[in-house]
Amino acid sequence: MRMRTALISDIHGNREALAACLAHIQRNPVDRIIFMGDIVGYGADPVWCLETVMSHCEKGALALLGNHDEAVFKLETDMNAAALQAIEWTRTKMSNEHRAFLKEMPLLKEEGEILFVHASAAGPHTWPYVIHTRDADACMRYTTRRVTICGHVHRPQFFHAPDGRPIEAFTPPPGIGMPLLKGRRWVVVLGSTGQPRDGNPAAAYSVLDSETGKITMYRIPYDIESAARKIRAAGLPPRLADRLFTGS
Amino acid sequence: MSDEVRSQRDLVPGAVLDGFRLEKMIHKGGMAVIWEASRPDVSMPIAIKIPMIGEGDEASSIVGFEMEQMIMPMLSGKHVPKLFGIGDITALPYLAMERVQGKTLTEIAGKLPMVPEEAARLAARIATGLIELHRQDVIHFDLKPANILFRDATGDAVFVDFGLSRHAKLPDLFSEEIRVPMGTAPYIAPEQVLRNRTDPRSDLYSLGAILYELVTGEQPFGSPDSTKGLKRRIWAEPRPPRTINKDVPEWLQEIILRCLEPDPTKRYASARQLAFDLSHPDRVPLTARATKTTRAGWFKVWRRRRFKAIPKALTTHAAPQGVNTAPIVMAAIDLSPGHEALAEKVLDHVDRILSTQPEARLACVNVLKTSLLSVDESVDEEGRNIHLQHLAELKHWARPLGRSAERVTFHVLEGVDPAKVIIDFATDNHVDHLIMGARGHSAARRYLGSVSTQVVAEAACSVTVVRLPLTDEDAAAS
Repeated sequence: MRMRTALISDIHGNREALAACLAHIQRNPVDRIIFMGDIVGYGADPVWCLETVMSHCEKGALALLGNHDEAVFKLETDMNAAALQAIEWTRTKMSNEHRAFLKEMPLLKEEGEILFVHASAAGPHTWPYVIHTRDADACMRYTTRRVTICGHVHRPQFFHAPDGRPIEAFTPPPGIGMPLLKGRRWVVVLGSTGQPRDGNPAAAYSVLDSETGKITMYRIPYDIESAARKIRAAGLPPRLADRLFTGS
Repeated sequence: MSDEVRSQRDLVPGAVLDGFRLEKMIHKGGMAVIWEASRPDVSMPIAIKIPMIGEGDEASSIVGFEMEQMIMPMLSGKHVPKLFGIGDITALPYLAMERVQGKTLTEIAGKLPMVPEEAARLAARIATGLIELHRQDVIHFDLKPANILFRDATGDAVFVDFGLSRHAKLPDLFSEEIRVPMGTAPYIAPEQVLRNRTDPRSDLYSLGAILYELVTGEQPFGSPDSTKGLKRRIWAEPRPPRTINKDVPEWLQEIILRCLEPDPTKRYASARQLAFDLSHPDRVPLTARATKTTRAGWFKVWRRRRFKAIPKALTTHAAPQGVNTAPIVMAAIDLSPGHEALAEKVLDHVDRILSTQPEARLACVNVLKTSLLSVDESVDEEGRNIHLQHLAELKHWARPLGRSAERVTFHVLEGVDPAKVIIDFATDNHVDHLIMGARGHSAARRYLGSVSTQVVAEAACSVTVVRLPLTDEDAAAS
């Protein structure tokens, strides 16, 4: 049966970006949504974003745990100063119900030939980044699934390797269905919804089509000014607001 | 119930593959077998191409199938076979597509050389197909007579075998994984030999090589069988076609040699511009290529090799450049007395548009309105040929643009309905952008409709309508 799955990764408390992606999904309906982790952190609307995800999960969506989500309830975290400052602020906004939901989120989901995980199969709970081909190689070695779909890096990239040959990488252009060719293994690094870092400030989300085996990334413009203004108003590091405008 | 196909051994007439019933094998080559097939819900004949991929086969044959599998579903239109299904590469890979009712260029050409004008007409149809292919972001990279068919019903060119092709927005598995040049020796462009798979003008080179072969009966550089042999001929020049077949007209030699320029920047900038010249033999701007009788000697070739560079593959991920950046801009000019100011303003707009698109080709068009009733008047009372006079005026109008002869053409057309003449010209020549003036502001024009109004409404391309500012007199009149 054909199943279209929207993949939303690295929302990072950016309400405007998430709302814009969800509105786009409403106009182009999918069968389900998988939230790929890091609902909170950096942005000024962790509560709205988390509650929106929670309500989607009640309707059948799935949400995986990201390192920023974990940092809300786990005190020892390995983060840079700005991220840590944002997480400390986020903790003060979270209710017991929020924390309970975050603690319940699974690290990964395996389904057929696909593994969904926030960071990498090479360490679902140690949060390594898939940036270079060697990272993708490590990821492929830690799973038997043909395709790994992850986020965490905020820069969309596809890694692929036919059997026994070296891994290649390419950056997917938005709006084009990329076939996950069957004779190859893939690591798909999704773009970020709430804090893109690939030079394009538009929010990213992707749709996986089980029938065609294609994955399409969409870039959705959103109200960056409001998101940035709220970050500054909350007293969070201004750099977290500035970077939204450049997608850096 | 017929037998289900599970492996290549099961391929027999009557067997069923994912709902396709195999009828008979129609081709068996080194790389693939092709079966004629049918499916109850499909009224046209189907061809199923099954690549021969076995243990220990070269990576390139697998990559070729993967590329074709990615690219074919992204293509549409009359210049490619319609796709019906794709087989899983991990089970039994295949491509099920429309079996085009038509002949290949090899079959149509028959005994070479062909009559040059006939060859040029076929080439024009191929170039028209390439416009559409390049518009869809695909470069074929393996054009040869066996890969080009012509539909029996319409004569349209159809391209097959996209195993070496590239889509601008999809990863190029060849430049990533295959370290030898991919193409067919007699037709491969120099930059392809150097593994640059980014330039749509590589297809124009191949079409030039095909056209050369059609009119001379010889391949421009023979058929080198090694990478070394291919590299040696990169900067070489072919014998001018007219020295082999004296029936080749100068304009056709000009076109062929321009396509075969080793440096892609010296070829036609786009399939659109090549198609334009092939359909307007009398408008082909002739250069030294047209009358050449010798090819460059070894010293000149050596110097070129030493001092010039063919763009090599800079990075394997470079996206194709300029697929659609070389447009045809059409200026429709009214040369009647009293409208000089408007003509000048149109010129100004044309200049601005061309300055942002240096590769653009400009077609200047003037329409002579003929009357349905009167006898054809080709000579006015002063004995001047009106047609030639208008041509001279058009050239005079365009002179300030300073366009080189290769980038501008002039056309004086005749017709009862000027708007229709302009629209037809724009459609036939794949014009991207049409610029024309609108005369006056009178109320009568507004109600009765003007030429520009009709063109804006009916032309398939972008249209810029240039107007002079409203004067007090105009305002008073309306």
